[in-house]
Amino acid sequence: MAEKLLAIHGLHAAVEGKEILKGLDLEINKGEVHVIMGPNGSGKSTLVNLIMGHPKYEITAGSIAFEGEDITALKTYERARNGIFLSFQNPEEIPGITVEHLLRTAKNAITGENVKIMAFKKELKQAMETLKIDNTYASRHVNVGFSGGEKKRNEILQMMMLNPQLAMLDETDSGLDIDAVRIVSSGVKHFKNEQNAILIITHNTKILEQLDVDYVHILMNGKILQTGDASLISQINENGFLHLGGETPDSGEVNMLHG
Amino acid sequence: MDKKKTVVEEIDRGLYDIKNKDRYRYKASKGLTSQIVLAISKEKNDPEWMRDFRLRSLEIYNQMPLPTWGPSLHELDMDDIVTYVRPDTEMKGKWQEVPEDIKDTFERLGIPQAERESLAGVGAQYDSEVVYHSVKEELVKQGVVYTDMESALREYEPMIQEYFMKLVTPNDHKFVALHGAVWSGGSFVYVPPGVHVDIPLQSYFRLNSPGAGQFEHTLIIVDKGAKLHFIEGCSAPKYNVTNLHAGCVELYIKEDASLRYSTIENWSRNMLNLNTKRALVEKNGSIEWVSGSFGSKISMLYPRSILKGEGARAEFNGVTFAAGGQVLDTGAAVIHAAPYTSSNINSRSISKGGGVAVYRGAVKVAPNAHHCKSLVSCESLMLDDLSRSDTLPVIDIQNDEVDIGHEAKIGRISEEAIFYLMSRGISEQEAKAMIVRGFAEPIAKELPLEYAVEMNNLINIELEGTIG
Repeated sequence: MAEKLLAIHGLHAAVEGKEILKGLDLEINKGEVHVIMGPNGSGKSTLVNLIMGHPKYEITAGSIAFEGEDITALKTYERARNGIFLSFQNPEEIPGITVEHLLRTAKNAITGENVKIMAFKKELKQAMETLKIDNTYASRHVNVGFSGGEKKRNEILQMMMLNPQLAMLDETDSGLDIDAVRIVSSGVKHFKNEQNAILIITHNTKILEQLDVDYVHILMNGKILQTGDASLISQINENGFLHLGGETPDSGEVNMLHG
Repeated sequence: MDKKKTVVEEIDRGLYDIKNKDRYRYKASKGLTSQIVLAISKEKNDPEWMRDFRLRSLEIYNQMPLPTWGPSLHELDMDDIVTYVRPDTEMKGKWQEVPEDIKDTFERLGIPQAERESLAGVGAQYDSEVVYHSVKEELVKQGVVYTDMESALREYEPMIQEYFMKLVTPNDHKFVALHGAVWSGGSFVYVPPGVHVDIPLQSYFRLNSPGAGQFEHTLIIVDKGAKLHFIEGCSAPKYNVTNLHAGCVELYIKEDASLRYSTIENWSRNMLNLNTKRALVEKNGSIEWVSGSFGSKISMLYPRSILKGEGARAEFNGVTFAAGGQVLDTGAAVIHAAPYTSSNINSRSISKGGGVAVYRGAVKVAPNAHHCKSLVSCESLMLDDLSRSDTLPVIDIQNDEVDIGHEAKIGRISEEAIFYLMSRGISEQEAKAMIVRGFAEPIAKELPLEYAVEMNNLINIELEGTIG
């Protein structure tokens, strides 16, 4: 039987007093690829930020367990050290800190030991080649002056280098051209193995083409409305979210998805 | 480079706080009278003109009021400051001969090691006197002079008389007047025309004695077409009484010459640091200031560059870190006194735990100084709601054909950036330290490596215990 990695039960959460998640359940096992789709404002980003422990979001009920342990009281960096990773929708710029320095500091923190410089450099070089990132980016400041696509590739680079057990990709493909999506997608494929799992938030199917998707969840109004296999993706692509029913408080945005 | 930084980051602040037994040969009584000034002068075997200069400075000091602007200096009671403390040792030319406890202090601060590794010459001042001076032989052969001020006064008296306190005169403000009266120690450097000193010279000032003042004088003359990098470092252990540092730095940069003057200052939190630094730059010469201010209770420090000759240039890169209880009022001033002169001021300040960091700067362009360029950029980062940052730039332009730019940014540390780094497994404290180090990086990269390391180390120490 597959080993359970993440288990979320009855999760209610609010930001600045406004309830966004309203009783969400989700389980992810090792070796699985999960996709979450849903209209804008449905709570997708909230969910992954909550799992990562963003201080802005407040859990009002329910639990999040990682490898059988409740993590809701853990600090963000403790969750990261346990093996959770978030590829940000809008990655932060950190002036004065180079990509390489960040990665080495992060890797030291996560592994709990000082990485060997030569081995680290070699690994970094290989990962950058896979993602077709010019090696000069290693000495550039984190995300400063990066294009949208470069920032996203830098997120995937960090994922590959830190090798988490659960990687959450928050619209990593948005804002990327077709070639860039393909590169990111091959990076994700490269990363994926039987011991880890991926949770992908996307509006797009290009990023999924090289991956074997196990489950697709439709998140609407703070709950998982429907779960299915990969075939659900093409249904959504054809019909949108509206036909699934449920309330659509921001149907304006939903309609835009059709357009 | 990164590797070296990580290694050194583990040092703790305790290093700077090691106190040695207060062992001295001569100590002036508290307070300041002409008897004391005469006694200092006698003890130092001053020539007559220097003795008279001291007495004249004392008169000016007694007449002048405290500055009416800037941080409050009400807690400064001059009667409590011992002006002159002479350590119980003669100046040494060999490191082995320096007394053990003093040597030990500098060893801990990495001074002789730095000399072995990367410096052309080293001077070390302990309390009021220079205890160690050395300079590489090939520089001596080229006519480079690097010695303590007292020796310079004996060996190069005409040059000292020509330049000493002519750029910063006792009339400028109360604390330079005080400096003129009681100055002691410091360094003298002369680089002859055309000589390029490729590796830096360094002076390190250490104040050990409680309730004492340090009034070292640094005089540097870089002659035509010559080049020099000079580094000064300052520290003192923490005592519960107020110490005063009123040093004076005079830099003369002749035609086509260039000087880079780097400082990292980490005085203890009982120090009032009222330091005056000035450079006079002749035609096509250049001065570059690199400055890191971390210590002291109150600092007032605004290095001034006077661009006297056509085409002269000034650059200032400074970082200031004010923690709780500190008021660091720092900045830079540039006087464009000739056409085609240019200046670039780049300041970063950080405040936390109720600390106050003020940028105070001035750019003045004289009526004749057409075709000048100046760019001032100041950024402040506040780590919490208790701290304060002010930016007080003065720009005074007296002709139309100039290109002047000013930008200022004041902000708080970004919670999103902290979350981003924490999501990579980095602790909250280290995340903050990284953001602060990154903020200071444009200045840190201008510092000599071991000072950049020390600066990062100081940032880490400062950020310990900021979470809660």
